[in-house]
Amino acid sequence: MDLLAQADTAVDGLKALGAGLGYGLAAIGPGVGIGLVVGNAITAMARQPESAGMVRTTMFLGIAFTEALALIGFVVFILLNFT
Amino acid sequence: MNLLALTFPDIGHLLEWPGLFGHDPVTGTNEWYALNKVGIIYLFAFVAPVVMFVMAKRRYDRSEVSVAPRGIQTVAETSVGFIRENIIMQTIGPDGLRYLPFLLTMFFFILFSNITEVVPLIHFPGNARMAMPVTLALLVWVIYNTIGIKHHGFFGYLKNVCIPPGVPKALLIIVLPIEFISTIVVRPFSLAVRLFANMLAGHLLLVTFAVLSHTVFWLALTDSTPTWLVIITPAPFLMLIGLTGFEILVAFLQAFIFTILTAVYIGGSLHPEH
Repeated sequence: MDLLAQADTAVDGLKALGAGLGYGLAAIGPGVGIGLVVGNAITAMARQPESAGMVRTTMFLGIAFTEALALIGFVVFILLNFT
Repeated sequence: MNLLALTFPDIGHLLEWPGLFGHDPVTGTNEWYALNKVGIIYLFAFVAPVVMFVMAKRRYDRSEVSVAPRGIQTVAETSVGFIRENIIMQTIGPDGLRYLPFLLTMFFFILFSNITEVVPLIHFPGNARMAMPVTLALLVWVIYNTIGIKHHGFFGYLKNVCIPPGVPKALLIIVLPIEFISTIVVRPFSLAVRLFANMLAGHLLLVTFAVLSHTVFWLALTDSTPTWLVIITPAPFLMLIGLTGFEILVAFLQAFIFTILTAVYIGGSLHPEH
């Protein structure tokens, strides 16, 4: 195997490593965030069951905003691995 | 041609389906009239809500007022009520009711192109391709900006977007660009990526467990397989069934979230905070 081909496989390996690490790191924050959102929503629903409908809608909105970061990490993973 | 999901397609089809006709397999290029599986799913998602609501309307015309609605009419009436009460009234208010047809159409289009992910013989979500989420997000972007400019004038809308109320003057130099970028650039981007990435991730999850159960099943049939592998054979398949249920939830949830975020953005353009 000549030097150029070796460099090529090294680049591929680094790409895969970066993709895996990138997605893993991107999932930490949103994981904590979604936990906070849902946990507090459950507290609110338990305290005031009559406002459960409104809390649920707001909870889904909060999840959607928090989740976006993890999904961008997933897209970076796809881009690094498949292109 | 592998249109029906009876065998596993190439791994490359995860990201690109070749056209059913008008496709040149040697060069890999498509003619302008080429149509692939994703295109057919979009056509289905376009036709299915139309058929559903036309049937509901015909049933409504024939039924009497005193009789409780039955069948597909119930589905149509419940969904209209759901969009009105749970999405529009909670985010825009009564003057948002004129956007009901738009939001309802978008909800059903996204729902029907998502739900094909778990329909037997199709097993592919239409929105796992970036093209349609981007088109829908750009449409939403044009609509909420147009509404804002129409109701507050160009500079009034720009002021509503850039200057949140109650911010000290000194902080404006930081807040102003952040607010502008988050409203004009990040909103459509995150709207499109959220739908696309959720559906593609769900599809990859289902594909992983389908391939796993297939492999483990054929391994278990050969003689040389160790016993522990035969024992855990049903595990990936049970996981696949559980995940299919989860993906049905995700298909509904993503259609709901896309619609409610559209309503929130329209509401923000109509009634800025004071």
